Amino acid sequence: MPLAESSDQAAVRIDPLRHTFKVSRRSFVDPQILRDEYKNIFEKCWLYLGHESELNKPGDFVNRVIAKRGILFTRDAQNTFNAFFNVCPHRGAQVCRERKGNAKSFQCFYHGWVFGSDGKLKSQPGQDSYPADFNCDGAANLVPVPRLDSYRGFWFICFDRSVQSLSDYLAGAKEWIDIVADQSEAGMTLVGGTQEYQIRANWKLLTENSIDGYHAINTHATYIDYLKNSQGSMSAVPFDGTGYDLGNGHAVIEYRAPWGRPVAQWIPLWGEEGKAELDRVYQRLVERFGEQRAHRIAYFNRNMFIFPNLVLNDIMAITVRTYYPTAPDAMQVFGWALAPKEESAWARKFRLSNFLEFLGPGGFATPDDVEALEQCQRGYENMREAPWNDISKGMTKARVNYDDELQMRAFWTQWQACTQATAGA
Amino acid sequence: MSAIAEVTRDQVEDFMFFEAELLDEWRLKDWLKLFTDDACYYVPTTDSAPDASPDVDLFYVADDRFRLEQRVERLLKRTAHAEFPRSKTRHLVSNVRIRERRDDELIVGAAVLTYRTKAGLTETYIGSYRYRLALLADGLRIREKRCMLDMDGLKPNGRISIIL
Repeated sequence: MPLAESSDQAAVRIDPLRHTFKVSRRSFVDPQILRDEYKNIFEKCWLYLGHESELNKPGDFVNRVIAKRGILFTRDAQNTFNAFFNVCPHRGAQVCRERKGNAKSFQCFYHGWVFGSDGKLKSQPGQDSYPADFNCDGAANLVPVPRLDSYRGFWFICFDRSVQSLSDYLAGAKEWIDIVADQSEAGMTLVGGTQEYQIRANWKLLTENSIDGYHAINTHATYIDYLKNSQGSMSAVPFDGTGYDLGNGHAVIEYRAPWGRPVAQWIPLWGEEGKAELDRVYQRLVERFGEQRAHRIAYFNRNMFIFPNLVLNDIMAITVRTYYPTAPDAMQVFGWALAPKEESAWARKFRLSNFLEFLGPGGFATPDDVEALEQCQRGYENMREAPWNDISKGMTKARVNYDDELQMRAFWTQWQACTQATAGA
Repeated sequence: MSAIAEVTRDQVEDFMFFEAELLDEWRLKDWLKLFTDDACYYVPTTDSAPDASPDVDLFYVADDRFRLEQRVERLLKRTAHAEFPRSKTRHLVSNVRIRERRDDELIVGAAVLTYRTKAGLTETYIGSYRYRLALLADGLRIREKRCMLDMDGLKPNGRISIIL
């Protein structure tokens, strides 16, 4: 079925003759569309749960809200990773109220039922009032999520048991995740500390913004000023690169940029010690992957989007970002920093410093993104008379530039396919 | 003020209230003068320990003196979009206490409530301060300012675009 529809109700309108790709502003505002998104996207797609480094040893757990469900992500005594709904099978209280930690078991404080980190019921008060085979069918164990799988240390869940395999779902994004995962021999790790914030804008605006090379020069003028003002914060590399559609709604832009990269684009600010360190990092990449791939890992930046709500940006530092709509005009955002386990204290310090220059709600760039997203949301109040967003940039080009809008079109095409699949049903 | 041992809480309070006034009046270049040359300004993430280090953990803000100056430069430009037009802010500083006197600095704790109003919305930042204050020839200076938010993430605030 063609995506283009003549009806004003269509969310996406493509005009192949005039090379325009338009998105209805209603898609960012309508509460019914948000309900449909939960039903057709968040309850059908693989969703990012967490990184393996968050559960380093048996008993480690993380307590997270994923698509409005409380999810307990655990590593049990057998070193198996599990994901359970954080709800007592007895009467429904949350069995874990801490955000993270290490525990041999979880006790629901309401009536005292105890569960292992493998989710199995271990004991309950008044056991003699239950038959001996009370839990023979496992109905008194914590309920596992329907699907749980991982790729290169990134764990995902899906609430739809019949979903395609994670590997198939990730499609062309896998080789790009590899570029991030390959930056460490010991394994990548999330650094401590979560940047958690709320934006008063529709969640899809952050999707678009996270892989948008077009806005940088305007929105982030003060960040570029800052780089210019800092002695030695820039290399002589101009912005240049390409955008790719990775299938299933995933997309990436890959480009050169003047900022320093801890793996491994040196800037004068990092001095001789830094130069020696980054040379070592680079040489090791060459030994492991050859000159060509090492060069790509080290000197190119990537803003990657995994449908529907995971961003992996390998830029002046690496951020893992996921976000959920709480209302048509509000989202909850979680941002983490990812780093090679084995990097030196020096490199870690400069990585985190680099991260904060640009990224996060206290950085020199992200607050202006937040402002832009919130201003868009306000602009959509005019949607009845001014109904369309335009994301046509680069539609006529054979080679898409990093600052074209192919990535947004990849997202919206998949979004349309997901929401249309059941729209008539 | 002749010596660190003689600094009183009143003097510290006056200094901190003056700092809040400079921030709320957007006199940011004057505000910078309250800092030592080796100063730093930190806002840890809300799931980090109060004494966490920005070399190891991800913060919201970790500025050295240079980046602090650049933060001020940025905020005074109309291209700092998050603060254009400028928000109205009010820092309420309370519960000021000298927690420790060291040879060359005071460790000061305080509670702080900051309101930020822009485009019809008011956001609240709830937190505590921990300062390291140095005593120079012409008065107190901030060597380290740490604002620890008593919040679960930034909700509903999506940004720390002002100085807390």
